Amino acid sequence: METLFTPFASLGGGALIGLGAVLLMLGLGRILGATGIMSGLVFAENSSEFSWRAAMVVGMILSPGLIFWVTGQMPEISVPVSPLMIAIGGVIVGLGASLGSGCTSGHGVCGLSRLSVRSIVAVPTFMVTAAITVYLIRHVFGA
Amino acid sequence: MKLIFALFTGLVFGVGISISGMINPAKVFNFFDIAGTWDPSLAFVMGGAVIVTFIGYRLVWRRNAPLFGGGFQIPNNSTIDARLVGGSAIFGVGWGIAGFCPGAAIPALGTGRWEVVLFLAAVTAGFYARRLLAPALPTTKAA
Repeated sequence: METLFTPFASLGGGALIGLGAVLLMLGLGRILGATGIMSGLVFAENSSEFSWRAAMVVGMILSPGLIFWVTGQMPEISVPVSPLMIAIGGVIVGLGASLGSGCTSGHGVCGLSRLSVRSIVAVPTFMVTAAITVYLIRHVFGA
Repeated sequence: MKLIFALFTGLVFGVGISISGMINPAKVFNFFDIAGTWDPSLAFVMGGAVIVTFIGYRLVWRRNAPLFGGGFQIPNNSTIDARLVGGSAIFGVGWGIAGFCPGAAIPALGTGRWEVVLFLAAVTAGFYARRLLAPALPTTKAA
């Protein structure tokens, strides 16, 4: 399934993702990592750990609605894989991101921007395994 | 006030995720599918996000403390170990199977699609699986 090449929307959207990360550092002094935010919610040990993460998640969930309100359209989402693949992929994502202490946002955006050595190792690692996985699924197993 | 700020931060991040195309698994798969229906857009997302964060962090760190106090909580771990590399490799496999990562899926919840609920439930199961497999490890702190 083809998708349109959208360099300007992607660059602009990326800049907003970065702005979100900068704002969180400015306000709360924290790295914006979705894995850390989610696991911090699930395993929160006190209300101060829970509350700011919950507020962020609420803001994130409201964002497609804001886009709909402004443009009249929800952001496009097409899911070309089966529910089983979503479930299996999700468990693997949760396991890997918690073992590796971060994902696309924490290592990819914030870690690279801090020039964190761990993130400089983590990002190419998960990019390569993701590309190999997509290649195997699409071109070797032909799904 | 701090929670309203956190909510606004999440909103900015989520609008960025939505506009950029990261929210769309079809685009994620095509970014990795260089041998097939390649769509390089997501390189622009990462580029835009890292440029803004790289500059923004350095401006923010001129301050002595974040707006809402508490100090800047920046990871200072620089150990490259099997857990980091293996966890990141596993994360990439899951990302390549499902097409969602946590930072894209949380805003995607706001579109009301059931696949996103399934994915995030599976990610949470993955967090618990990590705790069962390696109970001695501390809870994830992103990046």
